[in-house]
Amino acid sequence: MDKSQPWRRVLFLALFVSFFFYSANIYTSGTALNGETAVSENVLHGQKLFRENNCWACHQIYGLGGYMGPDLTNVVANPELGPEYARMFIEEGTDRMPNFGFNQQDVDDLIAYLKHVGEAGNYNPKKGEITWYGTVKYER
Amino acid sequence: MEQSNMNVNNRSGVCFIILGLLSLGGCVLMGVLGAFKYLYPDTLSGFEFYQLRPIHVSLAVAWIFLAAIGGIYHYLPKYRGLSLVWPKSMPLHFWVFVITGIAILIAYILGKFGGREYWAYPPVLSTPIFATWIMFGINILFTMKKEKGPWPVYYWMWMTGIIFFLITFTEAHLYLIPFFNENIIRETTIQWKSYGALVGSWNMLVYGTAMFVMEHISGDRKMAHSNEAFLLYILSFVALMVGWSHHVYAVPAATWIRMLGYAVSMAELIILGDIIWKWRQSLTPDQKFTHRQSYRFIFAADIWVFLNLILAILISIPAFNLFSHGTHITVAHAMGTTIGINTMILMGSVFLIVEELKGTEFSGWSKKWASSGYWISNVSLVLFLGALMVAGSMEAFKEWNDFYERSEAIMPMLLIFSVSGIGLLGGLWMVVVAALNMLRPAKHQKETITVTAE
Repeated sequence: MDKSQPWRRVLFLALFVSFFFYSANIYTSGTALNGETAVSENVLHGQKLFRENNCWACHQIYGLGGYMGPDLTNVVANPELGPEYARMFIEEGTDRMPNFGFNQQDVDDLIAYLKHVGEAGNYNPKKGEITWYGTVKYER
Repeated sequence: MEQSNMNVNNRSGVCFIILGLLSLGGCVLMGVLGAFKYLYPDTLSGFEFYQLRPIHVSLAVAWIFLAAIGGIYHYLPKYRGLSLVWPKSMPLHFWVFVITGIAILIAYILGKFGGREYWAYPPVLSTPIFATWIMFGINILFTMKKEKGPWPVYYWMWMTGIIFFLITFTEAHLYLIPFFNENIIRETTIQWKSYGALVGSWNMLVYGTAMFVMEHISGDRKMAHSNEAFLLYILSFVALMVGWSHHVYAVPAATWIRMLGYAVSMAELIILGDIIWKWRQSLTPDQKFTHRQSYRFIFAADIWVFLNLILAILISIPAFNLFSHGTHITVAHAMGTTIGINTMILMGSVFLIVEELKGTEFSGWSKKWASSGYWISNVSLVLFLGALMVAGSMEAFKEWNDFYERSEAIMPMLLIFSVSGIGLLGGLWMVVVAALNMLRPAKHQKETITVTAE
């Protein structure tokens, strides 16, 4: 490494080390759940199916993912929609979403995963409270 | 021995660039097909959007990394006089990349997924990618270590880009460990942290390449040693670490994560724009003429830096992000930076190599196609991003009863987006074909002999 300008090396190392502390904090307290929710095997299987079928290509969770289909964060928790609404789409598909041919257990597990996502937090765009300095207090 | 080493180095760097250009051609084709599949789901039966999108994204990532890696392999021995410490690793690196890339494409076509976004393929295929980056890292870091004087800023950028690629690539696979996977907030936050930092790491490679290209064209060796250039590096480093968090404002992680991202914002783009602007002012007409095509692409990148800067700062403000998050404004941000900044800079690098290798041979239809393709792609990109911005603004600032009503309303904008995507495809393909014609093996073979003879 460049030895002629030691302050540059020091700066690099300081940032490098701080990255690890910063990451460690995110890995632990920064992402701790409010009230630890036990994850069932069904939820984990649903999550695996969600990933292995690349549902992320079209759907979002917390507004992250693809844009072809709707955000699914609170679809199961929404009393106007709920698990049966999600079940209908998963089992039948639409003109935009193929029928993946999931069996009954797979469908149940996908719904269990989406229910778990909805319980972990609330993604309700445009419902945050805007402060005078430009930040937002999100509704959780 | 040194001459033979030089010959291998030159060929290998150019091979990576050729593969990168082919990836870019495939990427824009898949992007256009995906856009029309989005609009007309019944078209292209047998292929679904969830297959086309990851192919498009993976080819875009491949283009950026291959063009940057090829440039570094080419520049260090040819222009810095540093023979690579492990030249034989380059063909191995290349072929492992080709084979893994083909395996990933087959996995997508067969509908076999496992990861997400940039790495949507089954995670076992990440092993050879990780191994090749270790090889590349060893080769480049130990080669740069041989540099006698102070390091130019692009060495720092390339080193950081390589190290942080390995870190963020590892981070993107932490979901394989139950501690991370079983907490939905942790898993989601770390996934997007890794993607944001990955973009930061490729920005390091790309900005480093931009600094090298500008230094080479201007002949000003002080520029890459200046404090302003080093400030750009430090800001890019900090943005790599924390800038990703504007993508996860809506995820209920700790508040300080969001606030830090807001504070850092996108200061790196201001510095990059300023450096390119000053560089342009410092060039003589002769320098601009000698590297005309390369200069044009870097100039275009500068314009896109300023346009993207406005959007990047806006979406980093949480109050604006509240509306723009999860809309096509975010897509405009991603596409604007990937095509407008990264692709233009990397094309500047590709055409620097073309202009240096071919000299007056870079003429005729290749030159015309490169020039026309440049204009067509940039004009199309204006329409392309404009349509995305209007669609995103409609999604963000109007009240909709449901997702379907919203989707129907933005369809005309997405049609403009898709049609301008065809223009972008045509323009970039013209540029790609022109570059490939100049770099193809038969012509390049002749050139390397010339270089060796010199």
